[in-house]
Amino acid sequence: MKKNLRSYGINMLGTLLLYAAMLLLMSSGMMDRYYQGILMSVFINVILAVSLNLTTGLLGQIALGHAGFMSIGAYTAALFTKALSSTLESASPLTSGAIFLVALLLGGLVAAFFGLLIGGPVLRLKGDYLAIITLGFGEIIRVIIENLSFTGGAQGLRGIKRLATLPMTFWIMVIVVILLFTLGRSRQGRAIIAISQDDIASEAAGISNTYYKIMAFTIAAFFAGIAGGIYAHYIGSLTAKTFGYAKSIDILVIVVLGGMGSLTGSIAAAVGLTILPELLRELLGDFTEYRMLVYAIALVLVMLFKPSGLFGRYEFSLTRLIDRLTGKYKPGKKITGKETAVHD
Amino acid sequence: MPQELIVFIKHLINGVQVGSIYALVALGYTMVYGIVKLINFAHGDFIMVGAYAALFSIPVLTGIGLPAWFCVFVAVAACALLGVVTEKVAYKPLRNSPRISALITAIAVSLLLQNLFMVCFTSSPRPFPEIFHVPDLRLGSIQINGVAVLTIVLSAVLMIALQLFVQKTKLGRAMRAVSEDSEAASLMGISVNRTISMTFAIGSGLAAVASVMYGSVYPLIDPYMGSMLGLKAFIAAVLGGIGIIPGAMLGGLVIGLVESLTKAYINTQLADAVVFGILILVLIIKPEGIFGKNIGEKV
Repeated sequence: MKKNLRSYGINMLGTLLLYAAMLLLMSSGMMDRYYQGILMSVFINVILAVSLNLTTGLLGQIALGHAGFMSIGAYTAALFTKALSSTLESASPLTSGAIFLVALLLGGLVAAFFGLLIGGPVLRLKGDYLAIITLGFGEIIRVIIENLSFTGGAQGLRGIKRLATLPMTFWIMVIVVILLFTLGRSRQGRAIIAISQDDIASEAAGISNTYYKIMAFTIAAFFAGIAGGIYAHYIGSLTAKTFGYAKSIDILVIVVLGGMGSLTGSIAAAVGLTILPELLRELLGDFTEYRMLVYAIALVLVMLFKPSGLFGRYEFSLTRLIDRLTGKYKPGKKITGKETAVHD
Repeated sequence: MPQELIVFIKHLINGVQVGSIYALVALGYTMVYGIVKLINFAHGDFIMVGAYAALFSIPVLTGIGLPAWFCVFVAVAACALLGVVTEKVAYKPLRNSPRISALITAIAVSLLLQNLFMVCFTSSPRPFPEIFHVPDLRLGSIQINGVAVLTIVLSAVLMIALQLFVQKTKLGRAMRAVSEDSEAASLMGISVNRTISMTFAIGSGLAAVASVMYGSVYPLIDPYMGSMLGLKAFIAAVLGGIGIIPGAMLGGLVIGLVESLTKAYINTQLADAVVFGILILVLIIKPEGIFGKNIGEKV
């Protein structure tokens, strides 16, 4: 217990230091709008990646419809704040922040509702079929949004108030990561991992496969919805095309490269893959054309040489790092997860 | 004959034409799945590669005095080679790893091909020339497009030939043996690697034929043309029962007809959603497809 408290303290301190550094860079003007935009994309991608890691990493199923849930959350949250736009005009920063949070929560809940709805039939399948059917649902969501009138149709939704601020998004991201991290270590998380290792054995051990699979899928959809809501209130306009198959693949690439099952891996990959194209743009000029090509090659190479991703199932731990630096760390005893991330 | 009926028949023929293209592509998915249990996500992009190969070979072929439709052979050769190389480089090393790795690799190969072609040939669509000069067919008051007839007949011939090949020849028997139990097949003296390569070559070759026929219907090609086409063909394969050759043909025709009629009578934009809806229904109600048998999972 004491060890846990110490670990919480260290991680809390680390988070606060990061937050302070971000505030300092923002207030000193070292970070202009461009860099702030990149940072925002990093935060959104981290939320998306850690949530997809629940389905792809822990549950071990490839889902290609994550962008669909993101779009549901984005549209729900945006429509909510648009409906309240007259209130928002005169609202204090505190009230508008609260409205924003409610909008995000609503977006997440609606996305989760659809996740639950879709999850039932979808999760009876696995592997390749599950990948295709989630892709199918993602595309159906996109087509339906494009054909509805209240979502702005193919023209999209404009004039969404830009309520998403960096500090707020940072804390939302931190909370999402903490929630998913604790979930992965809880009884429920262990059940989900057991299903990914061997679903027949886990069913025989008394785990309700359907229940836990749908739970993982729904929670992942919820957080994707929240990420969508933040995205909508950061960009200010939405078009259904943004949330196509390519976006889902983008998120999947982050999770796979980072290591399926490793949250810190997903975070590292999200940060890296969001910043890298921007860095290369500065070095090599316009890089957007080659970005996806490089992603594709990287994916093939990772699958051929290190199929478990860069981190595998390994989780980076700040506490362990500090212990190691101070010489307190005693290796051994604890059995870490197997290298092979996912078992068929 | 009432005008509405003529229009309806036109839509039907159009559906069968597109459907037979889907069927050709679906055959590739089904054969590969049958033998290595992998959904070759890149199969749709093989079509795109075939279309580009055909397009670039036309000026060369006409330059040396050959008819333009010889580009079909170039496309078939290019795609067959691409299929075999892809299998050797990307899929073979992962044959014994978890299925999820192979699946991600297939998605990655698909992305790689799309983006490679986008970088090389830009994303702007290129016009595909008219290469088949077939007179239209007249049946009473109905006029049928010649290319449509050619597409339907050619696909039918190819499918019958493939079915005969798989059922009657020694190589076909080897393919069936490997798909049933590759280990036992190798013990019987069948070269599993060669059989798998051959399956990829045939499947990709069929995709190449489909690409030229597709180019004759929708004469614009771009690096992303294969992904939607491939997905629909995949749905066709699942609908008919994946791994089953006649199933792919039936599935292709059904998808083509449904799509054509949805576009004509409901809403053009909804066609894709309806096709995906079919997939979802099939997977929920009868995941093994129309012709599939339900095989229980062994522990």
